Amino acid sequence: MSKHVLSLLVEDKPGILTRVAALFARRGFNIESLAVGTTEVAGLSRITVVVGVEGAPLEQVTKQLNKLINVIKVVELEADQAVQRDHMLIKVKTDAATRSQVLEAVTLFRARVIDVVSDAVIIEVTGDTAKCAAFIKVLEPYGIKELVQSGVLAMGRGSKSITEKILK
Amino acid sequence: MANEVLTGAQAIVRSLELLGIEDVFGLPGGAILPTYDPLMDSTKIRHILVRHEQGAGHAAEGYASASGKLGVCIATSGPGATNLVTAIADAYMDSVPLLAITGQVGSKLIGTDAFQEADIVGITMPITKHSFLVTKAADIPETIAAAVMIATTGRPGPVLVDVTKDAQQASAEFVWPPKVDLPGYKPVTKPHGKQIQAAASMILEAKRPVLYVGGGVVRAGAHKELLQLAELIGAPVVTTLMARGAFPDSHKQNLGMPGMHGTVPAVTALQKSDLLITLGARFDDRVTGDVKGFATGAKVIHVDIDPAEIGKIRFADVPIVGDAKEVITELNQELATALKSTKVDIKDWWTFLDGLVERYPLGFTPANDGKLSPQHVISRIGELSGSEAIFAAGVGQHQMWSAQFIKYERPNAWLNSGGAGTMGYSVPAAMGAKVGQPDRLVWAIDGDGCFQMTNQELATCAINNIPIKVAIINNSSLGMVRQWQTLFYNERYSNTDLNTGTDTVMIPDFVKLAEAYGCLAIRVEKEEDIDKAIKLAIETNDRPVVIDFIVSRDAMVWPMVAAGLTNDEVQYARDAAPVWDGVE
Repeated sequence: MSKHVLSLLVEDKPGILTRVAALFARRGFNIESLAVGTTEVAGLSRITVVVGVEGAPLEQVTKQLNKLINVIKVVELEADQAVQRDHMLIKVKTDAATRSQVLEAVTLFRARVIDVVSDAVIIEVTGDTAKCAAFIKVLEPYGIKELVQSGVLAMGRGSKSITEKILK
Repeated sequence: MANEVLTGAQAIVRSLELLGIEDVFGLPGGAILPTYDPLMDSTKIRHILVRHEQGAGHAAEGYASASGKLGVCIATSGPGATNLVTAIADAYMDSVPLLAITGQVGSKLIGTDAFQEADIVGITMPITKHSFLVTKAADIPETIAAAVMIATTGRPGPVLVDVTKDAQQASAEFVWPPKVDLPGYKPVTKPHGKQIQAAASMILEAKRPVLYVGGGVVRAGAHKELLQLAELIGAPVVTTLMARGAFPDSHKQNLGMPGMHGTVPAVTALQKSDLLITLGARFDDRVTGDVKGFATGAKVIHVDIDPAEIGKIRFADVPIVGDAKEVITELNQELATALKSTKVDIKDWWTFLDGLVERYPLGFTPANDGKLSPQHVISRIGELSGSEAIFAAGVGQHQMWSAQFIKYERPNAWLNSGGAGTMGYSVPAAMGAKVGQPDRLVWAIDGDGCFQMTNQELATCAINNIPIKVAIINNSSLGMVRQWQTLFYNERYSNTDLNTGTDTVMIPDFVKLAEAYGCLAIRVEKEEDIDKAIKLAIETNDRPVVIDFIVSRDAMVWPMVAAGLTNDEVQYARDAAPVWDGVE
């Protein structure tokens, strides 16, 4: 199973997320992560989806997505041609003895502490999937009480924009 | 000049009128009532009141498939809308241009589980080409125009427009023509020139080419171009279940239907081919059998208007996205030029195929239980009705026999539920076809099982002067299921007896039932009465006709490739495999 990052430019219409998600379910494709939000253009949204597929069917995924009327464009963002970022909030158990070690890890990973109480901290980290995974591994021994993350966000490198040819 | 102000309901009717819609099939209810009021005053639109919304859906499909125009059906919210679901799914599978308009509860009631509320947009998402929920009167013209455009262009399909009751009741300026803005919808119809060249050179090199023709050729109206292409290169043609009539059956290059119940020559031609020239077909499992063993020596040219069909099942060596008519036209030009300096040599291929045609013609063993042979009945209907008639089948044995034993000479003469396999399609589809093509003779060839699913539309036919002919191929059972039980379940007939035969309790008695619906009803039990009954049916046009043909339940559909096997294992008759030699 290989992972592919697809960036979908879609019309901001009711039900679009359902249409995309349902298509994945119906055609037997596997969603690993999903991130949805508005773009710099009013009326257009962007869906970044990480899909797990076996070689050939990726073409089926993009073709089927393109058939959805509200999907304007589907682009595969290859790892070396794009930047990819995960965004995580992690609540870690701390006490007087462990706090400084946790904070050291935060500094090393260029993460940020955004909430502190006597027995826990909430840490915010962004980075690619590997960095976030490594950070979690470092924090695990202290006790991760809660973890929440966005789907992968991705954008092609260089000056070109996915919306360029769409806007007349 | 200021735009006219219309209610949403009036806007629906006006939009349909302006889009050239002449016939709609439907049944009113609470949430669509506002629209039925101005519909009553329309002089341009004929509304046909059905007895069940599924009938409206299939009628619209039959209308579309017979005429090439858009089919339109209307239903109310909740159960009215869900009753359309089967027909919508059917239209999706067979690429039928269909517009379904449904009423929805008031926008403020959506999500409250209101009376007759169902999320029909959500329910139909996976079985429509697109769907719309309209909550504002002002959005109606644009939405209807967009829906019609989507349904009828590119790969045709069903589009649902769900309109809330308050949107129908509110008023708004009626702007026409509306601005249809669909930035994500740009179907490609014109093929890529390089691909045409690649296809042409592959065709010229092929030793065992086959034109594998699917329903896309019928929908694109590309039959004339196909005939030209076939005669240009002299290759054999196979027409799938959805493409029967796309190429004349009387043409010597036509090997018939491929697939599970295809002719031995058609199945074998695909199987032994070195080049499948695939036109608007989609490598359905009923055609390929076990796909790993399908036409293993063949390269593939795949022409389809839907890019997602190309490479979905079978790798395409030359993929061509485009409208079949445009693609074949360009291919013909390319080939005509090339053929001035080169020749196609497929003599050995035809020697092999001619041998198959001679040895394995379509045929059947006459029934020996005193009942009629269903294949003979269906052959006679075809022969006595001629090639200008329309034949709409249900699903099962009678459908396969109708595909096999009626000779089709033109597209849109054969209507059936190919992809979805919807029992009950036949009677309402024939009704719709007759409305769309009133001057043609229209037959519903139905099974006793299928007929019991949708025969209520005989009332619609009788009252609205839609004189269809229904031939019930009555074997008193769910015949195709019974055939599988005979072959694969040790003759254990679990739940397939329907008790409609003359040697059973005969519930219902189809003759009495048809008479109750105001039809001319005839029962035929003897071979010598078959022609007489068919002729009487053809001559009777003041009411619908139902003929109850009492046929043998032991008749089976042959040839057959059992499910899951490769096409190499086609059986000509029970336990009789054809002998293949010659080309390897």
